[in-house]
Amino acid sequence: MRLELVDISKQYPAVKANDRVSLQVAPGQIHAVLGENGAGKSTLMKIIYGAVRPDEGEIRWNGEPVQIASPAAARALGISMVYQHFSLFDTLTAAENVWLGLDKSLPLAEVTKRIREVAGVYGLEVDPLRPVHTLSVGERQRVEIVRALMTNPKLLILDEPTSVLTPQAVQTLFVTLRKLASEGCSILYISHKLDEIRSLCHHCTVLRGGKVTGEVDPTLETNASLSRLMIGAEPPQLQHREARAGAVVLEVRSLSLPKEDPFGTSLEAISFEVRAGEVVGIAGVSGNGQQELMRALSGEDVRAPKGSIRLFDQDIARDTPRRRRRGGLHFVPEERLGRGAVPTLSLAQNTLLTRTRAVGRGGWLRIGDIDALAEALIRRFFVRAGGPGSAAKSLSGGNLQKFIVGREIDADPKLLIVSQPTWGVDVGAAAQIRGELLALRDNGCAVLVVSEELDELFEICDRLVVIAQGRVSPSVRTAEATIEQIGEWMSGLWRKDTSDAQA
Amino acid sequence: MLRLEQRPEPSKAMSIASPLLALAITVVIGTILFVLLGKDPLRGLAVFFVEPVKSAYALSELAMKATPLLLVALGLAVCFRSNVWNIGAEGQFVVGAIAASGIAMLATKDTGNWFFLPVLAGGILGGMAWAAIVALLRDRFNANEILVSLMLVYVAEQLLNYLVYGPWKDPLGYNFPQTITFYKSTQVPRLFGSFRVNLGAIAGLLAVGAFWLLLFRTYAGFQLQVGGLAPAAARYAGFSSRKALWSTLLLSGGMAGLAGGLEVAGPLGQLTPHVPAGYGFAAIIVAFVGRLHPVGIVFSAILMSMFYIGGELAQSRLGLPKSLTGVFQGLLLFTLLACDTLIAYRVRWKTAVKGAST
Repeated sequence: MRLELVDISKQYPAVKANDRVSLQVAPGQIHAVLGENGAGKSTLMKIIYGAVRPDEGEIRWNGEPVQIASPAAARALGISMVYQHFSLFDTLTAAENVWLGLDKSLPLAEVTKRIREVAGVYGLEVDPLRPVHTLSVGERQRVEIVRALMTNPKLLILDEPTSVLTPQAVQTLFVTLRKLASEGCSILYISHKLDEIRSLCHHCTVLRGGKVTGEVDPTLETNASLSRLMIGAEPPQLQHREARAGAVVLEVRSLSLPKEDPFGTSLEAISFEVRAGEVVGIAGVSGNGQQELMRALSGEDVRAPKGSIRLFDQDIARDTPRRRRRGGLHFVPEERLGRGAVPTLSLAQNTLLTRTRAVGRGGWLRIGDIDALAEALIRRFFVRAGGPGSAAKSLSGGNLQKFIVGREIDADPKLLIVSQPTWGVDVGAAAQIRGELLALRDNGCAVLVVSEELDELFEICDRLVVIAQGRVSPSVRTAEATIEQIGEWMSGLWRKDTSDAQA
Repeated sequence: MLRLEQRPEPSKAMSIASPLLALAITVVIGTILFVLLGKDPLRGLAVFFVEPVKSAYALSELAMKATPLLLVALGLAVCFRSNVWNIGAEGQFVVGAIAASGIAMLATKDTGNWFFLPVLAGGILGGMAWAAIVALLRDRFNANEILVSLMLVYVAEQLLNYLVYGPWKDPLGYNFPQTITFYKSTQVPRLFGSFRVNLGAIAGLLAVGAFWLLLFRTYAGFQLQVGGLAPAAARYAGFSSRKALWSTLLLSGGMAGLAGGLEVAGPLGQLTPHVPAGYGFAAIIVAFVGRLHPVGIVFSAILMSMFYIGGELAQSRLGLPKSLTGVFQGLLLFTLLACDTLIAYRVRWKTAVKGAST
């Protein structure tokens, strides 16, 4: 066995992150670690990579018991890790970034040459001389992987590597990983995406609540059976009825917006519309202008040209978020803590960010009404929280998301814009949130969803558009779209087949 | 071994206990300080903590010094809660005193007893105007308000010096740098006959109630605090950061100006170069020791006032330098910052050997 974990436990003050976890990885094996957020995957990987010390248990490397005291010690053994959040310096070139992580005996020119070699062998297209801030997210990930491969690792740990990739880029990554494995490198692949694990991995360890709940061969499992192991139940099926689209609610007409920060994306001539009673999805790889578009639509950025954003045919391009809200536009941002909610304030106080029914004349607050609203939201959306007085940051990500989405749905919006509705949310809560969005649509609300998860968009949307490099594609009815087509569009290649897609 | 361990949630009890603990540590260090200086520590502590509350007269003096600290700190608390770092309350205090003096000098022998009201209004407007410079530079040019407000303190002091050494100097004042003594009609009415404490103390307590309502019972106060706690959330909600900048600076400037006005229309009775007594800076400590909470600030203002009076008494009774006040202020702030660690962390004694014989 390349790596063996025996009865690893790690206790944090509030939770037991790992409870007697055992795991075995053979040479050349692609081993999936599957689990929901908070199941203990990250802690386990940090233990293997030497960033966290286990309280109990033993780690064996090639059969020998070892103490991995630090990431440097892990690298010395031949363990490399690619984090979900990249650790690259934007202003340095790809080669310089790789060079930083190596021991300094090699000159930069040599490193550049080795990068080209490694990149060539594994099909990881990277130009070592380009500054990192000019690279797309997928390219940055390739830099990270190349950096990990430069040390000839015997074990490569990948943490949710596909969350930032187009479907085509995912397939390319898989080719690379299979080639690596065939050469004897073991791979630990952390994910909660069932399809990927089934198509890529040889073996799968499932974690739930810090414990191992299953050891299976994923190629022999179904999504339903894996998901049962992961969450203890099958996710409820959504009832999806055909949309009855009504009048145009939101109209975006040739919206162009220069970027505000140097590493942002400029929006270029974006046009689309959302009608009452339909869900429109915006697909795309993150960093292609989603953030900028959302800020322009929500009113956090009011630089949009006059007339480029219309709500019920009223120009709102320059309106503040509060005026837009009065017109029926509600927005759920992707960052929950710090943007959608104030971390240190109570749930009750957090209702005041977007709900003002408890604000009396002269700006006096009716504390009783505020508490009652929070209480009602907690009950209606099954938020697990101590009560209206609990601080927002004391809730888990999924519960806080339910609360925030609930807060906006409960406001009876005419247009709801949701960014990454189920990021970091467990499967049960995700299904609930998607169900609420569809219910809202069935009541005649217009819904606009931005998500990086194509599965999610295909599940709830009636029409899809794709955003790439600050431009938005024509819309296509979800029923007529394929994952392949949308994936291609995600790299900006819709221009050749636009004419026939304009439904 | 001593070890810090993060608490799962910040401790509410500790956030109240922390200032008390800081005070205790300050007292302990103070005791050591007195011993090292060769003074009887009990007498030293008595000067700081017993003398200022011993008699009705002492209490009146205590309240009189606590009032400006309270007023300034209330305004600063709103500023700091909104993430607006007004460090220059001292300057706003001075300009408030100057503006109030300008109006006080308009009084004549026959002016009615109500004239202290326009004098104080002048003080408020003066402080606001000085703070408005900070807001304007921040708003228009994104100039850092910490630096600008601090620098304006020194500008205000030079302005004060120019006036009392120049155009406003009392022609009959034997060339001392000071204005005329203001007429009695400009003076804020005293509360109890011969004691110096005046209506300002009542105004301070009313302000505590008003600031509590503003912070915890109005939508405007809520918006200000969201801007401080999570700027992105404030933008998302649509709360204007410009409005917060202007309103908090004008409010705190007005409060500092009011305190300055109360000084010249109260105990001082004229404008002198000694108006800047450091209240504006001490109020920063008062605001934080009081947890930026209006009620907490009442207690911390009284405590800081004790330090002021204790420092003066230490000078006359024990022959110690007056700068002892500053030492105690500094000690309190540092120990408070240290003790605040315990809000988010707890101390654990890690037992070295298990089953050691007893």
